[in-house]
Amino acid sequence: MDSAAGVVLEVRDLRAYLYTRWGVVRAVDGVSFVLREGETLGLVGESGCGKTMTGLSLVRLLPEPAGRIVDGQVLLEGEDLLAKSESEMRAVRGRRVSMILQDPQTSLNPVFTIGDQILEALGQHHVDGERSLAARAQEALRRVKVGAPEQRMRAYPHQMSGGMKQRVVGAIAVAGEPRVLIADEPTTALDVTIQLQYLALLKEIQARTRLAMLFITHDFGIVARMCDRVAVMYAGRIVETGPTRALFRAPRHPYTEALMASVPRLEGHVARLPSIEGQPPPLHDLPPGCRFADRCAYVADRCRREYPPTMPVGLAHEAACWRNEPSAPSR
Amino acid sequence: MARVEERIDESALGRPRGDLARLPWVSFAIIAVLVLVAVLAPLIAPHSPTEQSLPDKLLPPAWEAGGSARHLLGTDVLGRDVLSRLIYGARVSLIVAAVALLAGGGIGLIVGIVSGYLGGRTDSFLMRSVDATLTFPTILIALLLAVSLGPGLRTIAIAITVLIWARFARVVRGEVLAVKTRDFVALARVHGCSHLRIMAVHIVPNVLNTFMVLLTLHIGFVIIVEASLSFLGAGIPPPTPSWGQMVSDGRSHIASAWWLSVVPGAAIMLVVLAFNLFGDWLRDWLDPRLRQV
Amino acid sequence: MQRFVLRRLAQSVLLLFVLALIVFALARVSGNPADLLLREDATQEDRAHLLRALGLDRPIHEQLYLFLAGALRGDLGESIRYRKPATEVFFERLPNTLRLLPLAMVGALALAIPLGVLAAVYRGTLVDRVSGAVAVLGIATPSFWLGIVLIYVFSIRLGLLPSSRMGGPSHYVLPTITLGLFLVAGMMRLVRSSLLEVMGSEFVKLARLKGLSQTVVIWKHCLRNALIPVTTLFGVYFALLITGAIVTETVFAWPGVGRLTYEAVIFRDYPLLQAVILLKAIIVLGVNLGVDILYAYLDPRVRYA
Repeated sequence: MDSAAGVVLEVRDLRAYLYTRWGVVRAVDGVSFVLREGETLGLVGESGCGKTMTGLSLVRLLPEPAGRIVDGQVLLEGEDLLAKSESEMRAVRGRRVSMILQDPQTSLNPVFTIGDQILEALGQHHVDGERSLAARAQEALRRVKVGAPEQRMRAYPHQMSGGMKQRVVGAIAVAGEPRVLIADEPTTALDVTIQLQYLALLKEIQARTRLAMLFITHDFGIVARMCDRVAVMYAGRIVETGPTRALFRAPRHPYTEALMASVPRLEGHVARLPSIEGQPPPLHDLPPGCRFADRCAYVADRCRREYPPTMPVGLAHEAACWRNEPSAPSR
Repeated sequence: MARVEERIDESALGRPRGDLARLPWVSFAIIAVLVLVAVLAPLIAPHSPTEQSLPDKLLPPAWEAGGSARHLLGTDVLGRDVLSRLIYGARVSLIVAAVALLAGGGIGLIVGIVSGYLGGRTDSFLMRSVDATLTFPTILIALLLAVSLGPGLRTIAIAITVLIWARFARVVRGEVLAVKTRDFVALARVHGCSHLRIMAVHIVPNVLNTFMVLLTLHIGFVIIVEASLSFLGAGIPPPTPSWGQMVSDGRSHIASAWWLSVVPGAAIMLVVLAFNLFGDWLRDWLDPRLRQV
Repeated sequence: MQRFVLRRLAQSVLLLFVLALIVFALARVSGNPADLLLREDATQEDRAHLLRALGLDRPIHEQLYLFLAGALRGDLGESIRYRKPATEVFFERLPNTLRLLPLAMVGALALAIPLGVLAAVYRGTLVDRVSGAVAVLGIATPSFWLGIVLIYVFSIRLGLLPSSRMGGPSHYVLPTITLGLFLVAGMMRLVRSSLLEVMGSEFVKLARLKGLSQTVVIWKHCLRNALIPVTTLFGVYFALLITGAIVTETVFAWPGVGRLTYEAVIFRDYPLLQAVILLKAIIVLGVNLGVDILYAYLDPRVRYA
């Protein structure tokens, strides 16, 4: 069991669905996890598994009117965010929970200067005079390692590189000194050389402020570098959660195992790149049993009939697979 | 304002709705009627559109006091039957629209393809011309043409062509820019195809969809332009009846004979509405990306 | 910014020159322009006199030079009908049109923008559907017919508003509606679709993530971006306005340059038509230049391009 010490965010059985003309898309279908102070939890999975929707649900910014949170609880320091009114949520966003989006090219409004946009964020959460707000803004830029902050304040987004824009987005995100930061694939759109710098920057900010970070990504390399714990998501549900090392060394869900196996290694001779056959099931037409059944190497009849519950498989490590049942035949 | 809600019963949502499923039946009907009327005019019209009958002048429509069943929509100041003139006027509208659209659309298509495909200076120059044409009240050129060349089908066709080519050119160019980056074009170059061949054989079929949608979207516009030019005296000259001209003629009698202007104008509005709705539907069905057009 | 302005200015001048060439050419395209420039009952002597005066017996490039030189001096020929210099007639009537045009444009914007915003924000509701229907009808209605119908209903049957000519404020109502409806319809649809597109942008999400309310986000962040396409099309709308003014002024017997255009057509007054076209062109080009500069101000990306 997870101890209650230092828990900043607890998500219980979150369900968020999208109501479209083709049916109900169960993007987030019973997701639960815990975030602790100073800890980074990675949320991994392939495109379309629901990771971004999970992130958006936490701040209640699902695309309207199609998206709706249907069930569950999101407990931020004990308070349920889903029970709050919209004006209460506005006080939470930016100030207590913040988010970095994926594409720096579109995250910033092209018609306003960088300075305007940072000041706007600061102005929401600090009641200072104009001059000290401007000083704070420059300090915020300095903290994300943006050089010559006074000039940059007057610049427009299109005048900056992608990496720099993403730093500005980072500065905006931590302007309100939040307790939780959700980073939705922040480095996917950046050059590889810049990615490492950016990740190091995030780590530094986290160390300084004891932020709890939810890091959404599909890249296991980044997970290894950044995350203390990992939650693997598939077809709207979390299939395995555990400490990074343990999960990498001994994955306890066939999907995690297959993902690990498909990461190409530099050493050794590879005749053919391993990949996982098949496609995830469509989110508006889900099977009753385990959703990975059709692609699983170890599938059994029971898998197709009943969805496996989440079972503990190690220290702070759990997975949802029938093979982990104590009475099951040895693997 | 997402609040926690009860589990929603999915079966209550029913089958997927789609506004694409709703065909514009009324528009189809109006367009079909229009085309039939125009084609079968000599057979349908109760009277000749030019036959004057002064004793019968200024008769109101059949449902008003003083109206007659022989002239369902009344008569004008020369005793000519409004309904018959309306029917023959449909011909004029459609013929002018067809000619002008083909000419203007054709030129626009070619300019759009050449400009988009060749790029560079050619593109710059052509697009500047397009911009200039679009931001200029080109109807003035149309009027100038009417006065210097004399009114008639040729003049009005040229005039409307001048008015619409630029709209086609701009949108087609956009499509071409998207198509030309696709691999099969590069492949054709590798195989040594000439630019002309690539444009004709590879680019044209891929922009045809968009072109069709543009044509239908502009039918209404062209009909209004023709009517406006006729109203201003720069369209098809009398005695051929044209709706715009009928509205103009009826102006001086508006107080005593409202139907002379109101009826043909209502016909214009109805027809243009039908074509516009049809065009919108076609665009949504074939190519929703064109929504900004 | 300065280079941008200079470049656009040069383009405008070039366009004007091209237009002058077109006007020049069209006068000569169907035989001798003298026939176009003379009254029907002119004598042979009048004709010969005109030929010499306009240099129509000289080679074409000399004629062009004379024409352009005259134009730069402000001499665009004499109106057949009014027997006065065409430019003089134009400027006499211009103020009347200038009273009508801005009213229609401002009125159109004042209606179209809020309606478009409402339609986008309350997408799918009654407000959206009703305004959508009005827009669709507005685009399909020929403005000359609308004017006539309005006159019939409000002037003749109800006797509420005057039917023609300039006068007090009540004289402005019907012409402005007639002139503006088409514009409102088109602009409203544009504002709506443009706003809907912007509302789906990523930076909107980021703005909400800062803790801003939906209303602030729409009016501050979205609208400014959404109005950019409207400003781009302003030039096109202005051209439509000038076009519409011709018809509206004719229907309402409004003594402006639109009606003047109509008269020039009806009476085959070529010099007058020529002058009207060139002078209107100058106005249109000037307005477009102004708008382009505004556009460069609103969207910083254009300035640095």
